[in-house]
Amino acid sequence: MAEIEFVKGNEAIAMGAIEAGCRFYFGYPITPQNDIPEYMSRHLPEVGGTFIQAESEIASINMMLGAGATGARAMTSSSSPGISLKQEGISYMCGSQIPGVIINMSRSGPGLGGISPSQGDYFQATRGGGHGDYRTIVLAPYSVQENYDLTMKAFDLADKYRNPVVVLGDALLGQMKEPLRRHKYRKKKGEKDWILTGAKGRSPRLLKSLYLSEGELTEHNWRLYRKYQRMKREIMYKVEFLEGAKLVVVAFGSVARILKSTVAMARDKGMKVGLFRPVTLYPFPYAALDKLSHKVRNFMAVELNTGQMVEDVKLAVGHKKNQVDFYGRPPGSIPSPDELLEEIKKVYNKRVKK
Amino acid sequence: MKQIFKRPKALVDVPFHFCPGCHHGIIHRLVAECIDRYKLRGSTIGVASVGCSVFLYDYMDVDVLEAPHGRAAAVATGVKRACPSNFVFTYQGDGDLAAIGTAEIVHAANRGEHITVVFVNNTVFGMTGGQMAPTTMEGQETTTTPFGREPGTNGYPIKMAEVMAELTGTTFVARVAVDNPKNLMRAKKVLRRAFETQIKGKGFSFVEFLSACPTNWKMSPERATRRIGEEMVPYFPLGIFKEDNASGV
Repeated sequence: MAEIEFVKGNEAIAMGAIEAGCRFYFGYPITPQNDIPEYMSRHLPEVGGTFIQAESEIASINMMLGAGATGARAMTSSSSPGISLKQEGISYMCGSQIPGVIINMSRSGPGLGGISPSQGDYFQATRGGGHGDYRTIVLAPYSVQENYDLTMKAFDLADKYRNPVVVLGDALLGQMKEPLRRHKYRKKKGEKDWILTGAKGRSPRLLKSLYLSEGELTEHNWRLYRKYQRMKREIMYKVEFLEGAKLVVVAFGSVARILKSTVAMARDKGMKVGLFRPVTLYPFPYAALDKLSHKVRNFMAVELNTGQMVEDVKLAVGHKKNQVDFYGRPPGSIPSPDELLEEIKKVYNKRVKK
Repeated sequence: MKQIFKRPKALVDVPFHFCPGCHHGIIHRLVAECIDRYKLRGSTIGVASVGCSVFLYDYMDVDVLEAPHGRAAAVATGVKRACPSNFVFTYQGDGDLAAIGTAEIVHAANRGEHITVVFVNNTVFGMTGGQMAPTTMEGQETTTTPFGREPGTNGYPIKMAEVMAELTGTTFVARVAVDNPKNLMRAKKVLRRAFETQIKGKGFSFVEFLSACPTNWKMSPERATRRIGEEMVPYFPLGIFKEDNASGV
């Protein structure tokens, strides 16, 4: 498995899922993620798995809820409008503490929008998305290799916390082809003592999200809250060019990938610019950014939307002298490294060179 | 003295929360009797729906999963595909199955999922306080059809058993009532055949129960039970609409 393959981003996700032991996939076609169900429909049967093309995204997520309740590793994938439809099921899965992996290869909105890359679903992914006070772990890959690696990790995290995990990519990360080095999944076998298998030789089990007795729901929500707090130990982020940085650009996913080139170009021109890339969007690396904010004064969030993650960056930076600037490209087009360099220059000249 | 009548083992020894005269209790008992009869207590996974039927898990001594409103058939699909040797049933009301969950039930049936669906039709949304359901009869007064259901604006009462029977994917489809001893005994036998359909691996089985909701019909239990025979059965005929004769179910 050590050889390098040339693989499409969506397929890397499907490959990672099967390698991680996902044996149930439920989905509904939507561009730009159709390679995932297509790959699953062909390759899941080879490993004794089940693929169902459901009648809707709503049915897909509920089939996953059912399979997940029996302890099976299950996945669904979609793109933005389809993910909106899945929010009901995600909320129920959080309330009933049923694990599962949801892939959002997001596209442009609002409404039917378009099929170009977008990061317009950041709020939806990181703030719960559906009704009720809940959270899902959100992983943001920025390469085909990370599509594979983080999808595998998503299944472990889902089981560990008995919670849905969202992998938030976009059309760019799904459609591009890159070298991929597949690796074996190291099985972490955990006994699931809560799954529904039939009550043979034991008392019945129940998975539900309805709590009507006095105080019962509050207690349930505190329990969930404590679980979300424990998820902080999973925080991941990557930094580049931080040495002596005067301006740190914060970005995730595909735009962080573009910025990797931009920041290298800026350094070539003698600008002291660094890059901070959250890999877990929930939980967000607040503490790491806060620590950094005591060494670096200027931050700049760059997103493929009109300003969502920038709010988390502002919440994170703790020093009173910190400045947080923002450049956003609304859904519908992708900025080039050169265009982003111009935007970074503007901020750099205003904040650093003044 | 010989005991000739007792609580089924699959039914937990607690009082039902259902209103006086409601038929849910009887239908729960029939389901529990089948679980006992076919020794399914240790292999059953029930899928509860949203409505008065959500508390299924308080009464059935089996593993239960609570589905979002209308999604029980999709949830049961996931359960059954993951655990094909378990007995999987859904228990759904008419608001749940015939309104918000129409897509899920039609497609689970069309795929011929090996599940058993217990569908309770009482022509009204029970738990939310008596609003119009898709099954509400023409002219029936509900809290959202205060002047009676008028087909020109509200459409017609939907006949789910007939819809299910039309689908190629279904194996066993029937409609029963529990409003008198004769119908009750018939319902018992029909439900057994629905269970056997799944146990024998023959596919999708569906039993619609006509059920009374005295509270929301604003009738006495006695009057409500009489309404089933007088008003509902002429429109929602009882009987087996589809069965697989070759396999004996």
